Amino acid sequence: MIRYTAIRLVEIAAILVLLSFIVYALIGLMPGDPIDLMRSSDPRMSAADAARLKALYGLDQPLLLRYAGWARQALAGDLGYSRLFSVPVWGALLPRLGNSLMLMLPSFVLAFALALGLGTAAARRPGSRLDAAVNLFCFAGISLPTFWLALILILVFAAGLGWLPASGIATAGINDAADRLRHLVLPVATLTLVSAASYTRYVRAAMREALAQDHIRTARAKGASEARVVLHHALRSALVPVTTILALSFGGLVSGALVTETMFGYPGMGKLIFDAVMGNDYNLALAALLLAAAVTMAANLAADLAYAWLDPRVSYR
Amino acid sequence: MMPAAVLLVCAIIGPLRAAERDSLSIGITQFPATLNPNIDVMAAKSYVLGLSLRPFTVYDADWKLTCLLCTELPSISNGLAVPVDLPGGKKGIDLTYTIRADAKWADGAPVTTEDVRFTYDVGRNPQSGVSNAELYRRIGGIDIKDARTFTLHVDKLTFDYAAIQDLMLLPAHIERDAFADPAQYRLRTLYNTEPTNPGLYNGPYRVSEFVGGSHILLEPNPHWAGPPGRFRRITIRTIENTAALEANLLSGTVDMIAGELGLPLDEGLAFAKRHGDAFQILYKPGLVYEHIDLNLGRPALADLQVREALILGLDREAISRQLFDGRQPVAASFVNPLDLGYTDDVPRYRFEPIRAEALLEAAGWGKGGDGIRRNAEGQRLSFELMTTAGNRSRELVEQVLQSQWRRIGVDIRIKNEPARVLFGETLPHRRFDMAMYAWISSPENVPRSILHSSEIPSEANGFVGQNATGYANPEMDRLIDALEIELEADKRKALWAEAQRLYATELPSLPLYFRSDVFVLPKWLSGVRPTGNQSPTTLWITDWSAQP
Repeated sequence: MIRYTAIRLVEIAAILVLLSFIVYALIGLMPGDPIDLMRSSDPRMSAADAARLKALYGLDQPLLLRYAGWARQALAGDLGYSRLFSVPVWGALLPRLGNSLMLMLPSFVLAFALALGLGTAAARRPGSRLDAAVNLFCFAGISLPTFWLALILILVFAAGLGWLPASGIATAGINDAADRLRHLVLPVATLTLVSAASYTRYVRAAMREALAQDHIRTARAKGASEARVVLHHALRSALVPVTTILALSFGGLVSGALVTETMFGYPGMGKLIFDAVMGNDYNLALAALLLAAAVTMAANLAADLAYAWLDPRVSYR
Repeated sequence: MMPAAVLLVCAIIGPLRAAERDSLSIGITQFPATLNPNIDVMAAKSYVLGLSLRPFTVYDADWKLTCLLCTELPSISNGLAVPVDLPGGKKGIDLTYTIRADAKWADGAPVTTEDVRFTYDVGRNPQSGVSNAELYRRIGGIDIKDARTFTLHVDKLTFDYAAIQDLMLLPAHIERDAFADPAQYRLRTLYNTEPTNPGLYNGPYRVSEFVGGSHILLEPNPHWAGPPGRFRRITIRTIENTAALEANLLSGTVDMIAGELGLPLDEGLAFAKRHGDAFQILYKPGLVYEHIDLNLGRPALADLQVREALILGLDREAISRQLFDGRQPVAASFVNPLDLGYTDDVPRYRFEPIRAEALLEAAGWGKGGDGIRRNAEGQRLSFELMTTAGNRSRELVEQVLQSQWRRIGVDIRIKNEPARVLFGETLPHRRFDMAMYAWISSPENVPRSILHSSEIPSEANGFVGQNATGYANPEMDRLIDALEIELEADKRKALWAEAQRLYATELPSLPLYFRSDVFVLPKWLSGVRPTGNQSPTTLWITDWSAQP
């Protein structure tokens, strides 16, 4: 197990190095740069100014040279400054990361809890009205565009009923937990509904398969209660495939939710990564994307290790 | 449709939150990357700084240059502007300004000529990251007379010599340390590291809370000596999605949507139809000139008859009427009717498809069997039309243009690109046939960068310059050179008229219209006066008032 984990960690490190180069090259290959855009919005900015700023920001250097410089700095632990925000990369990243975790963690937990309940209930009575209703919920959740759902929630609960704020992270000038929570309700609800729909389908399918297995029949024949059969025996088996899906979703905790953040004017990682990539902010984009990739791969590794606990037949040597 | 229906139901069952009158929340679609007035160019930054930082000079809502931080505009007649002869036969000018006696930073420190000297040092330093350093390059030196009066020695005498809005003062008393290493200034400026420091602001309001990507809260500057602002708190909230921005307005989360950075005209018109009764809606056509650049390097477009046919084949009045409710006036040339240099004595092109077809026939383009014209070599009269991808208004206009031009036998293939590609690659490398976009200018903005032959981007000059059409006419060059240095307004007006006539005759670009901004304001708010130029309405925040 230890050897397996060590090998996987080395693989993750190698992938991150490769990924850093690919991301850097892809951003670099995008035509135009932020100074060109700046110039198009300021008719008085001269060609000399544009050339000076490109040199200042290092945009006049060949791509490979710039990447080598970045890699040298990064290996020394210095991720540099964000060009877009004019602050050290961590200074731009950490507040957004905190915001994203506050948004994504509750919705992740709520969506998973909802999916477990609905998926299990539907799997126990396939073809029933409850199963049909759960299926309808899943299809609706998967089919509805996130921006549309967000807009409807804003219109109903903020514009119509006036119960909740429509956007932002807090009321300006007010710094208390209750206010922050009120601002989280609608974006968390949006993400929960969308994520729960797809998780529920996986849980339902996995539970149906688990409930049809021989050891479940044996447990029932031995007189185990229905609750024990479902929660102890079936759910444990069903969690193996579901864990894979959850592990893959884990990266989303740090990469944010671009559409939801945009609709709710919520400053999270999704919007930050989008702006950094579009604004050629190499340092920030690389740090954010590599962080998301690292978390996704670490979660995948954790999921692989969890299989051994969930399924006694799995072992790593 | 569905969201509107939901809103209607909710409006019946739930009361809208009552607005507070001593605070104002403004929705905009962009968040400023920095609040440093001299680094980066962003409309969102100008909007926020309009509330909190006074420029020396500014063009007001009547497009007149006025003093905000200074006491009097220098002019040759009042003796504060003195033309001087420079070595090499050049003409320069010495300009004397005096800072208002009551001007103070929000930490109580007075605004002084020390700040002017410091700002000049920052602006002149090529490492400091100042985005528009043209003014600083022109200023050869500064003489400090006393704590409030200074003289700028400018090495070029231009008609707009008194306009120094690019000299946005930095507070020397707290910013000097950040400039110790000029190359690090853009990273260490307090506007980035401590944006709520009151010493950074000298306007009626100061930034008291800065939540990146979300909102900026402003509160009154306790040391502001001018007329006080009506509001105790002003929140600038960023919501990039315009549908969500509208929903925020309806929910009362924001009180108004700024015209400078708010709804595009088509969405504003749709909003006005649905909710116009509940809000004041102002439309202000301005200096954003929508047009179609024609690449004169393409043989077909190099022919003036073809260019004339293209504009005669367009029903621009109908486009403005049908798509924009007539709110965007059709342009005759690149000069806005509100501008001092405007003349209506230019060739005008109405929708005349028959004349357009005759011109194309005369130019050797006969109609083929498929309705598209061909020349003697069998080449189709076909062009790629580009614009910024994702701009719904422009994409809609493109479809109308395609349809109208097809009727006169011109084939149009629409190929849109993201703004950064269009402006960063395609236009500078002149890899286009037709490109629809906007020129943003300021009052009496001399069109050197877009119409002078020295500004044609090419490999030889490293693809710098904004004259993407490749328009080169010695007469236009002469007019531009003369315009810049002509001090007498009447003579300048004549030059402007000649330049407009030449432009409208030669048609290097096809004029479309001047874009309108839509201001959605609460009915209780008064005093907001859109300028139509680059000065944000927030510069006159002290004129805004709330009805009880």
